[in-house]
Amino acid sequence: MAALSTQPHSHGAVVPVTSRAEHFTSYDVEAFEVPGGREEIWRFTPLKRLAGLHSGAAATGSAAVEVNAAAGVTVETVGRDDERLGKAGVPGDRIAAQAYSSFEDATVVTLPGDAKSEPTTVTVTGAGAGSVAYGHVLVKASQFAEGTVVLDYRGSGAYAENVEFLVADGAHLQVIAIHDWADDAVHVSQHHVKLGRDASIKHTVVTLGGDVVRITPVVQYAGKGGDAELQGLYFADAGQHQEHRPFIDHSQPNCRSNVTYKGALQGEGAHTVWIGDVLIRVAAEGTETFELNRNLVLTDGARADSVPNLEIETGEIEGAGHASATGRFDDEQLFYLQARGIPEEQARRLVVRGFFQELIAKIAVPEVRERLEAAIEAELEAVGA
Amino acid sequence: MATLEIKDLHVSVVSEDAPKEILKGVDLTIKAGETHAIMGPNGSGKSTLSYAIAGHPKYEITSGSVTLDGEDVLEMSVDERARAGLFLAMQYPVEVPGVSMSNFLRTAATAVRGEAPNLRHWVKEVKGAMADLDIDPAFAERSVNEGFSGGEKKRHEILQLGLLKPKVAILDETDSGLDVDALRVVSEGVNRYKASGDVGVMLITHYTRILKYIEPDFVHVFANGRIVESGGRELADQLENEGYVKYTGKAEAASLS
Repeated sequence: MAALSTQPHSHGAVVPVTSRAEHFTSYDVEAFEVPGGREEIWRFTPLKRLAGLHSGAAATGSAAVEVNAAAGVTVETVGRDDERLGKAGVPGDRIAAQAYSSFEDATVVTLPGDAKSEPTTVTVTGAGAGSVAYGHVLVKASQFAEGTVVLDYRGSGAYAENVEFLVADGAHLQVIAIHDWADDAVHVSQHHVKLGRDASIKHTVVTLGGDVVRITPVVQYAGKGGDAELQGLYFADAGQHQEHRPFIDHSQPNCRSNVTYKGALQGEGAHTVWIGDVLIRVAAEGTETFELNRNLVLTDGARADSVPNLEIETGEIEGAGHASATGRFDDEQLFYLQARGIPEEQARRLVVRGFFQELIAKIAVPEVRERLEAAIEAELEAVGA
Repeated sequence: MATLEIKDLHVSVVSEDAPKEILKGVDLTIKAGETHAIMGPNGSGKSTLSYAIAGHPKYEITSGSVTLDGEDVLEMSVDERARAGLFLAMQYPVEVPGVSMSNFLRTAATAVRGEAPNLRHWVKEVKGAMADLDIDPAFAERSVNEGFSGGEKKRHEILQLGLLKPKVAILDETDSGLDVDALRVVSEGVNRYKASGDVGVMLITHYTRILKYIEPDFVHVFANGRIVESGGRELADQLENEGYVKYTGKAEAASLS
């Protein structure tokens, strides 16, 4: 893939102005200033389009949460005082804190321990155009649990939330969050992952719809041997803003993380932002981490920002690296396919499908895979690529 | 009877600086049933000739003509040229991540043949063609050329040649980087294609060794952007012994010994 700009580094080549370790967090919305847009964590986000989520907008409705639970999986709706909530992480920006301060009830999904369960789907439907809503979801994978949770976001309105994933020792959780919002929707969400000893998560974010979608997945390790595989797939059309800010906080020894986000952009004003932060703290000896972001710009007028940050506080690591590349269609790939008689339009589709294929192939739920393939096909139809 | 006719072809490479003329008046006619070896030193413009005929966007035709059975090739898009019956086996085949070889081959065959091949026959056809070239069937599920060795890429170029059955095939240094066994297997593939019908072959090479396996009807020496001498097999033998010094003024061997 030819790239307009590539930044492959070994490690430590990009050091942020302030350490990620000093990043402020709080459950209390009042502890945060209202962002003005110049702050490092907000500078890419179009605040004017956030429907006031960042400046204290009160809830005017509530999103509908429906859970289709697999056998053995328990689902509860609990009040905000439930003591199990808030354990996977602390809100890291004003909107996450606003959501934490504002939600009325939370959905708790618990995967049974020492058992394998079929996929569970949590469908969240926005409260409607012009509405503001806040929510909270907790997914608990009990000790030695193995299972999949699909989070399916649809509908209209502004919706901010925190989603917690507490993965107990030895548990293996697969998560697929699909943001298939209507065109008007504004969605700001922080995902808090806490991995127990020898626990793993495969966390996939898919962003297709919405006007502004900003997802901040944060991974913390509570014990040795944790393994986080984060992947993202996004497709931004004209006018859409899609922002993904994964942060992996390596604080325990012998843990692993691998982050791969890929996006395609088309149309005037399509904007994607990827900020990939990895922090390897002094105690995190034997860490192995890699993060990658690739963007494929299909038309003029679209813009992809990509910033990998890697901070390493110990030299005793297995390996750390990151890469970022944003490019147009590779003319050589198109030439090769066309030189075999394949018409240009079809060749372009093959290349885009191929671009996303490695991510889609890793999704263990066949229905979701098919849905994503169809969605990408529909996106390509729309632009006539 | 297919005929590829190249007349007074001038080609420049499009670069950031001023365009640079690479081909300076190439005349060549390839008829069905004929194999033409184009031999020349590095940088003589051999590969440019092949890419220009296939329609690579990097090259600009400044004058001259290329026709296939009288049809103006230069007016056609890259894919139209392929569907009209031209094939270029590339020196450096391109990797296309995420697109399986089997999907690629079937898509290409559907485009070139004008209809999707019957699935059952197609699977058999591909399997047979892969076996002929000593290609492990597992390659069908791998991404196009991704992580293939040089020899594996060349075998797959010849696999495509056999499946797409063009009227005229241009083989651009298909022999480069091949070990003895791979050279033999690939050459046999080309010979099967030649035997399959009335087809023309333009065999571009730096070295004479592939001509031990593929018999040329004509040999052309290419230097400084044009054909400077044409002859038969004996011209290749002369190059084998004397190299390109006569044409370039500097010693450059045409054999590996």
